[in-house]
Parts: sequence; C-alpha cells; structure tokens
Amino acid sequence: MTINSVRGAPDTRETADHELVQLLTPEGERVEHPDYPLDLSAEQVRALYRDLVIVRKIDLAAVALTRQGELGLWASLLGQEAAQIGSGRALGDHDMVFPTYREHGVAWCRDVPPINLLGLFRGVNHGGWDPAEHGFHLYTIVIGSQTLHAAGYAMGIQRDGVLGTEKAGATIAYFGDGATSQGDVNESFVFASVFNAPVVFFCQNNQWAISEPLEKQTKIPLYRRAQGYGFPGVRVDGNDVFACLAVTRKALENARDGQGPTLVEAFTYRMGAHTTTDDPTRYRLKAEEEAWKLKDPIERVKAYLVRGDLADAAFFDEVDAEAKRVADDLRKACLALPDPGPMAMFDNVYAESHPLMTEEQERFAAYLASFEEVRS
Amino acid sequence: MSEPVTMARAINHGLRRAMEDDAKVVVMGEDVGKLGGVFRVTDGLQKDFGEERVIDTPLAESGIIGTAIGLALRGYRPVCEIQFDGFVFPAADQIITQLAKMRMRSLGKLELPVVVRIPCGGGIGAVEHHSESPEAYFTHTAGLRVVACSNPADAYTMIQQSIASPDPVIFFEPKRRYWDKAPLEEDPARWAPLHEARVVHPGEHVTVLAYGPAVKTCLEAAGAAAEEGRSLEVIDLRSLNPLDIGAVVASVERTGRCVVVHEAPVFSGYGAELAARITERCFYRLESPVLRVGGFSTPYPPSRLEDHYLPDLDRILDAVDRTFSW
Repeated sequence: MTINSVRGAPDTRETADHELVQLLTPEGERVEHPDYPLDLSAEQVRALYRDLVIVRKIDLAAVALTRQGELGLWASLLGQEAAQIGSGRALGDHDMVFPTYREHGVAWCRDVPPINLLGLFRGVNHGGWDPAEHGFHLYTIVIGSQTLHAAGYAMGIQRDGVLGTEKAGATIAYFGDGATSQGDVNESFVFASVFNAPVVFFCQNNQWAISEPLEKQTKIPLYRRAQGYGFPGVRVDGNDVFACLAVTRKALENARDGQGPTLVEAFTYRMGAHTTTDDPTRYRLKAEEEAWKLKDPIERVKAYLVRGDLADAAFFDEVDAEAKRVADDLRKACLALPDPGPMAMFDNVYAESHPLMTEEQERFAAYLASFEEVRS
Repeated sequence: MSEPVTMARAINHGLRRAMEDDAKVVVMGEDVGKLGGVFRVTDGLQKDFGEERVIDTPLAESGIIGTAIGLALRGYRPVCEIQFDGFVFPAADQIITQLAKMRMRSLGKLELPVVVRIPCGGGIGAVEHHSESPEAYFTHTAGLRVVACSNPADAYTMIQQSIASPDPVIFFEPKRRYWDKAPLEEDPARWAPLHEARVVHPGEHVTVLAYGPAVKTCLEAAGAAAEEGRSLEVIDLRSLNPLDIGAVVASVERTGRCVVVHEAPVFSGYGAELAARITERCFYRLESPVLRVGGFSTPYPPSRLEDHYLPDLDRILDAVDRTFSW
C-alpha cells in the first residue's frame, strides 16, 4: 500500500452533470442552464469560431518556430482555446487581465499583437507590450504570483470609487490547477474575500501541472475551495466557449457591481506538452488524450454552426485562410525580430538614475568599444 | 526645526505628511490601523485617513507585497509595513521576483512606487526572528533601492523621499533606536538627497562605516577613541543601494584605514561589498586591510547572548586598534 492510497482515490476529476455548467455539448448541441442564459446571434458565434481557429493557428505556428530554433520555448494553449476565448470575450474595456504565460488566446481578445507575445520566448525581452494600453498585464512566470497583483489592483478599483458606475472594472486572474497549491493563490483568495475586491479567479484546470496530475494538488474539486474562502465557485466546461463566456460574464458583472470575487474553474485539458521542452509520453496515457480529443473546443462550435445552417463552406474556408495569414505574418515578424544590443540590459532597471549601475554600464560599454578599436 | 521627537514619531510624521500631500499614498500591513502598529509608528493614521488608506491586512506578508504591487499598478503609492525583519521572508518572493523586476519586464512602461518598511536589528531582548538584519538579501537584488535610517531627522525625511521615489524602496528602521529623540527639519530644501552618505563625526585616523542601528554605537566608539587620542571619521551610509561610494572613497583616501560595522553576519554581508570596493579604489592609499565588525556566522542568538553578538563599542575599538597593528 502506498501513502497515496491510504485514504482512497480522490474524486477531483469527477464531473457530475449537475456540477458542470455546459451550454454546448461536445457534439455541438445547444443546451440551456437556468443560471446562465446566453443569447448569441449567428454572427457572434461565427466571431467566436474565428477567434478559436486563429489562436490555435497562432499557437501551432509558435510551436513550429520553436522546433525550428527560432523560439527558445513555447507554452502551448492547445485544447484550452474555448476557456481563453470565452473568458476573454467576456471582458470589458475597464477590466484588467493578469495572465500566466499561456494566455495567448486572452491576449488575442485584448488586441495584443501576436508578435509581442514572442519576444519573451525568443529571448529578446521579458515582455513586450503596454499593459495599460491593452488592459492585459505582462505574462507572469512564477506560478500564482499574479493572483495577488490582481487582488491588489482590484482593491485599487474599489478605492477609486468606480464600482457600480459605468467606469467600473474588475480584474481577472488566470492560473492553472497546479497554482492552486501555491501560498500566493490562497492569500489572494483571502485578500479578495475579506476586502470584497472585484476579482474573478479564472482557473484553467487542464488536469496536468507538467507531469503531476490533479490528484497531486487537491482532494476536492477545485471550484469547491471557494466556499472555504467565502465566495462563490463554479465549474464550467472549459472546452465550451459559450459556457465560459456566460459564466465569466456573470462573474465579472457581479464583481463590477460590488459583489466581490468568484472562482471559476474551467474544466479543460492540456492537449499538448507543458512547454516545448516537455514530453508527456513519460507520464500520461495516449488513451486519455484521445478521450479529450472528442471534446475538442473548436469542433463543437463548427458542428453547431453547420447543424444550424449558420455558416457555409465559404465561411470556414475564409476563416482558415485568415488564420493562415495571421500565422504567416507572425512567422515573418518573428524572423525579423532584432536581437537587442548588449547595452539594452541596463535599460529600465530603475526609473531614476542609479550611479552604481551607470558605472557598470559605462565600463562595459568601454570594454565592448575596446574590441572595435582592436579590429579597426 | 521641530521639538525633539522619537524616531517612531518622526516616521509617523513623515507618513502623515506624505499622505496629506498625495491622496494616492496608502499605508498597509498587519496591525497598522487601529493598533497603530506594534511599534506605534502608524499611530493615529487610520483615525485621520480612514480604513481605505490605512489598511489592516490579513496576516500574510506575501499577500501584503503582492497586493501592494497591484495597487501600485492601479496608480497608488503603497507603504507596506513588515512587522519584524524575520517575517519578510514569506514576502521575499514577491519582492525579488516581481517588485524588483516588473519595470524592466515592462520595458519601462510600469512604475512600482512601493515602499517596504522593515523594523530591523537586535538589542531589544526579543524572541527569535525579531532581531535580524536581512539587508544584504535585498541589496543583492537589482531593481530595488535599499536605505537605512539611523536617527529621527533622517527617518522623517528619508521616508518621505522613499515614498516619492518612482522605484521600489526597501526601508530599514533600526528598532532599538525608535525611542531616540531629535528635532526634525521640515523644510525640504534643506534635506540631503536620499542616496547621499553623511559624515556624522569628522576624523583623521580611521574611517568607520555604518548604517542603521550601528551608527550610534560607532559615534560612541568615536567619543571613546578620542579620549585615547585616536580620531575616527564616522560615516552614516544611509543608502545601501545605490551606495555613495564617492563619500566613502574621499574619506578613506584621507585616513588610509577603514572599519565597517553592521549587525548582520560578516560573511557575505554588506561589509564585504564595501571592503572590496574600497580595496579596488584606495589600494595604494590603504595602510591596512578593511576590517569588518558584525554578527557571527550563527543564527541570531537567544537574547541573553545578543550583547555578545552585536558589535559594541569595545569590538569596534578593537578593530580600530588592529588597523594600526598590520
């Protein structure tokens, strides 16, 4: 008997129907949920489909660039497109996103140019966009740290006195199932709860933290943890873009209205490796991946569009062609990304002058220049 | 100049003035509100500025710094209190991986004007984790500014300058000096720049470098040395990162001897950096190696032993003597 088996198997992956909010089945059938009515026009559904296809294509292009040595690393979102597009399209202009390093789909929704995501992975910078311009903070690599930033920013929104007005915003903190074990995530739940801060905690439970399955992080379904902190938790089908949109929209509205935080657990699956350096064949079965393939987030929207005669073949071709254009442009832009000059590492460390660093900077510049003198 | 006030009151006055000047300044930490902080440094601020600006936080240091970062991103200027030096470590991750690096990560688009106040050092007979000197962990981290006040007048000005800084500042307060009294200079035109060292006792024979709680001990040592005919020049560094190396070099070039004093363990301590830099710049002028007086390579001892661990007047004078016997 191993230590883990002493208390019996946890039921963290159990997805009883009554627990999971779903508005679109894997077969593309629209179902209703009493708490989450959603009325989407055909055009809106087509727009969601377009987003899903494009971000998957961006992701595949980045994986390919990594394989070709153009990026040092990439964290693929494959399989998590619906969770990201659904939640991302629920956001308003005054909301602020605090992402992990895998939120490429949310970045797309916030109009961050895809090329700007690549700087970090190519090694030309640590983050290449203006968070304020996009309402999208920089990627955070230390697991869970950004949830506290989201809670603090939300406390700032409260102090600005805008909740309940048309200027009201909320923050949304993205994190994964592994992050729920971090102290910072738990502290952010406490701060958000006791201050009733306008935060949506959006956990993409993709079942795997690199090689560790959910059972290594929790003994109960993650969304139920919210109860212990004193705010609502809901589990949504993370491969259902409609449900992710509806659930996040409601959580954001509640937050902006002064009703405090919500934990959304988007139940999904990381179809790819953790990052391009990872090898999932060492720790999980192909059969599990095959089972999740049947729940693909894009296929079900396509089936829904086809079944309802809401889109024709020309539309699907057009979306594929657009996605290919975006990916081709990204590829070209990546290859054209210049390496920064060596002195760039001294930029932006401090806002005001710092004599010690300046001295090192000047010496290093002189050292580099001495090679030029030798050559000439 | 004001009536003499304690260092704790001086910081309180500085915080109050910063909060009056800028509505975005918020004070946050454990027990800083109703109680006024365990050292009463924030006494009365919540009563006057309200719970929204003087925030009693949950008991979670990482949470304090992490949410302060979020508040700063929203345009606020948080001043965080870490209750005791030994409790900063749960917050070290947020300070080192986020607070210090976010400006560079954003290519200069984000500003993080966060002040982290840390009562530091020993000498108050406290239990474990309440007497430490963790400054070197933070001076080693690029992106942070690290300062240490040693007297009420500096505490009053430096806390305001730190709050005004667009960069994050780690602000060390020597807790055994909280009750020392001195008048305050209220005219900003007469304040020294935040990152400038100060000669607090001019002398000719040996330069003694100190900051925070050790400055007063060094001044006492200078008085005792004078009786024996030795003239010590005591410099209060005030700022540890950046370091005012010019002031240090100018003094050592004159004296040719240098002793560094701090409470933190000597090995890999801040004094090692000082010794290296002084050796690089004053090599031919030095009559003896730069000597260091500080804590031992042990955890901070039980308080009944702390008088042996902390650098005192005699250990400083012993080091001064040794600089003449090389």
